[in-house]
Amino acid sequence: MLKMRFLSFALLAIFVVGGLSAGSTSVLSAEKDGIVVKDAWSRARPDGAKVGGAFLMIRNKGDKTDRLLEVRSPVAKRTEIHESLMKDGVMSMAPIDDLPVPAGDKVMLKPGGLHIMLMGLNENLKKGHEFPLILVFEHAGDIKVMVHVKDAGAMSGGHKN
Amino acid sequence: MNKVFTLLIAFFLLASAVVIGLWATGLVQFGPGSKTGSSSVVIAGAPQIGGPFELTNHKGEPVTNADFEGKLMLVFFGYTFCPDVCPTEMQTLSVAMQQLGDDGADVVPVFVTVDPKRDTVELMSEFVEAFHPSFVGLTGTEEQITDIKKKYKAYSQREENGDPDYYLVDHTSYTYLMGRDGKLISVFSYGTPPEDMVTKIREEL
Repeated sequence: MLKMRFLSFALLAIFVVGGLSAGSTSVLSAEKDGIVVKDAWSRARPDGAKVGGAFLMIRNKGDKTDRLLEVRSPVAKRTEIHESLMKDGVMSMAPIDDLPVPAGDKVMLKPGGLHIMLMGLNENLKKGHEFPLILVFEHAGDIKVMVHVKDAGAMSGGHKN
Repeated sequence: MNKVFTLLIAFFLLASAVVIGLWATGLVQFGPGSKTGSSSVVIAGAPQIGGPFELTNHKGEPVTNADFEGKLMLVFFGYTFCPDVCPTEMQTLSVAMQQLGDDGADVVPVFVTVDPKRDTVELMSEFVEAFHPSFVGLTGTEEQITDIKKKYKAYSQREENGDPDYYLVDHTSYTYLMGRDGKLISVFSYGTPPEDMVTKIREEL
């Protein structure tokens, strides 16, 4: 019973935090155990596209390093954490096993660097749509945010795009 | 001893003059480097970049280099499955086209796929049209793409042991500015701001 109450309180807390920053439409920011995930966004993709990318910011307000171990989303069959690397003018992408977020620090997933690779899209990523993303952290556990789909060439999650 | 010193100074001055000269004539572009700290200097103007090609545009029509004669081309190689770098560079080119405004009528931004197997005409059409109306997407057979890559000294390598559906492709991230005669004018490295591209393009209009 106590557990249930705690759970509903935690859910409410996440909802409130999200509502405040997202203009109450959906959970675009979530916080759990000192880990804040916010400004999750993605780019619109062609109808037949099989992959997409998602970008976001993770802040660790706690006092110990946490690690992003895994990401899941109902819009993709497989989801990986990827890093874009440039070498001698050749751009390549490679998956990384996990992503450390040091205590008191933040990690930006943004174009040209780190991104969440959504492989095998189950639905079209259309501008203006939103989809859920569940980030699994070593310590904080599962954190769910909504990803806002912006222009095909959006460069940030800010409102100016 | 003094003579050696004088010679050294003379050599240094000469070398500086050559570098400044190359920079002033646009043969060397200084762009911002990537976060991995790779080379930020691209030496362009190398001979034999560009040349004839036969491909299919994003409307499904056969096109050749002759269709672009008399216009400047901004050529970028990539693939529509790429969710990060390609849309980023496409966006840079779109912003450059927006900044050129009406002056951009003689400039065609061209996106050439390095992944013709998956990049069908339909996908190319949706991809390029999401950016700027002036974009032309080019795909073709494996042989046609290999041919244009060779002519532009563009490199791409499909990920080995990759998933047959979701494989990644490493590829050259340069944007080539081609003249009205189809000859190379300049090469922009990935991360070159659209303003710098516009400045260079305006010199050629």
